[in-house]
Amino acid sequence: MAEQGTVAVKRGLAHMLKGGVIMDVTTADHAKVAEEAGAVAVMALERVPADIRAEGGVARMADPRRIKEIMAAVTVPVMAKVRIGHGVEAQVLQALGVDFIDESEVLTPADEQYHIYKHAFAVPFVCGARDLGEALRRIAEGAAMIRTKGEAGTGNVVEAVRHMRLIREGIRRLQTASEEELVSIAKDLGAPLELAREIRTLGHLPVVNFAAGGIATPADAALMMQLGCDGIFVGSGIFKSAEPARRARAIVEATTYFRDPDVLARVSEDLGEPMRGLDVRMMEEKELLQVRGS
Amino acid sequence: MRVGVLALQGDVAEHLRMLETCGVEAAEVRTPDELRGVEGLVLPGGESTTIWRLLHRYGLAQPLRDLADQDFPLFATCAGTIVAARSVVGDHPPGLGLLDVIVERNAYGRQRESFETEIEVPEVAGDPVKVAFIRAPVIVEVGSAVRVLATNGGRPVVVRQGQILAATCHPEIRGDHRLHRYFVERVIPRPWAFAS
Repeated sequence: MAEQGTVAVKRGLAHMLKGGVIMDVTTADHAKVAEEAGAVAVMALERVPADIRAEGGVARMADPRRIKEIMAAVTVPVMAKVRIGHGVEAQVLQALGVDFIDESEVLTPADEQYHIYKHAFAVPFVCGARDLGEALRRIAEGAAMIRTKGEAGTGNVVEAVRHMRLIREGIRRLQTASEEELVSIAKDLGAPLELAREIRTLGHLPVVNFAAGGIATPADAALMMQLGCDGIFVGSGIFKSAEPARRARAIVEATTYFRDPDVLARVSEDLGEPMRGLDVRMMEEKELLQVRGS
Repeated sequence: MRVGVLALQGDVAEHLRMLETCGVEAAEVRTPDELRGVEGLVLPGGESTTIWRLLHRYGLAQPLRDLADQDFPLFATCAGTIVAARSVVGDHPPGLGLLDVIVERNAYGRQRESFETEIEVPEVAGDPVKVAFIRAPVIVEVGSAVRVLATNGGRPVVVRQGQILAATCHPEIRGDHRLHRYFVERVIPRPWAFAS
C-alpha cells in the first residue's frame, strides 16, 4: 500500500521547504556553514553562477564525488543541478540519492527544444520560469516545484521581481477568465487547458513557487516573500560576499520575518560587502541565462 | 477558539487550512506575543534544524517549555515531533524535551524513499487516515506516559502524551483533517479549558 515517488510525495517535500532559504554550495565546508546558518536545503554545484558567468565554458552537473561529500556533510536535503534536457545527468543524480533535482538554465543546455520528462523520476524536480506559461509547461512535464529564473550570478534582484510579477499577473488574468476565454488564454500561454483551469480555481500554482536569480541581501529576500514567493534560493549572493556565515543567517531570518521591518533593519546591519553585482540592462542578450529553455 | 501554527518555516499554510476546516480560527505564530494569543499550537513539518535555530534565536523555546509544563495543547508533525522530542539520535540539536520520545531523523532514508500510505488510528477515525512520510523521522523509544495511537511497520507513528499529540507523518499534505479535528475537539478542550 505504501507508494513512493507519487505526486503528493514529490510536491510534499517542496512544501516542507517553504518559508526557508536554499543555498548554493560548492564544498562540504560551505554546506556546513549554510546548515549552521539555518538553510532548509543546500544546492550542490561545481561553481556558483557568478563564476560560471565569469569563467565561461560548458557548465555541467557537478562531479558525483563532490555531491556525495556534500550529502555526507549535512542532514538537510541536498539538491543538485542538471542541464536542461539532460535526462542522463538526472538519472545519475537520482542514483546518488540526491533529494531534489534542479533542471537549470544556469548550466549549459543539453537540449535546445525539449526539457526532461520529469514524471518518469521518483526524485522531485524544480525548474525555473519567467512567466506563467513557462511555469505551467514545466509543471506539465512533472516539475514538483517552480522558481523564478531571475538572472543568476548578477546579485541583481530586478529579473526575479519581473518574473514573479509576470507569474502573478498571469494567474490574475486566468482567475477572471470566462470559459471561452480560457481556451484562448491557455493557447497564448502555451499551457495545457486543464492546468489553466486548475489555476483559475486555485488562484495560485499547484506547486510551491520560490524566488531565485539575483537575491543578494536580506531585504531582497523579504521583497520576494512580500511579492508572494514561498521561499528563497540564494546562489552567488552568500559565498561571493565578504562574510558568508553572517549574511546567510541574516537572509534566513529575513525570510521568516519578511513582514517585520524592525527585524529586517536589525539583521541587515553591518553584514560587510555584498557581492559586487551586475546591471542587467548593460548586458547583451547572449550573456543572459534566463533565455535558456522556454 | 484560536489555534496557532508555528510559522518559522515549513508547511504552515496546509496546517492553517486543516484547522480552518475544523471550524477554528487559525493564526500564524512567529513571536512570544503571538504565542500568548492562542489556545493550542501546531508544530508543522519543515526542516527541524532550521525551526530549532529560529525558536532559540527569537526567544520562543523557553515560553514553549513553560507552556508545555502547564499542559498547553500541542500537535506536532514530522519536524515538529523532532523539535518537541526529549532526545534526537545523532548529530542534531537536542529536542525541546516536551515529549518523552527519542527520535531518529531521516530514518527511512532520503527523499526517494519517502512514501504515501494509510494508517489505522482507531482512537481518531473509523477509516484509515491518509498520510505522507517525507524524509520522516522514526520514534525509536517512547516513555511510560506516552500512548501509541498508530503504528506503521511496527513503529509508532502517532503518539499522545497528555496534551501533546505527535505524528511522524503528514496528514495535512494529503488534505486529511481528522487528526486536526481530534486535536481541536479532544486534545485542546481538556483540561486546558477548565484550567483557565
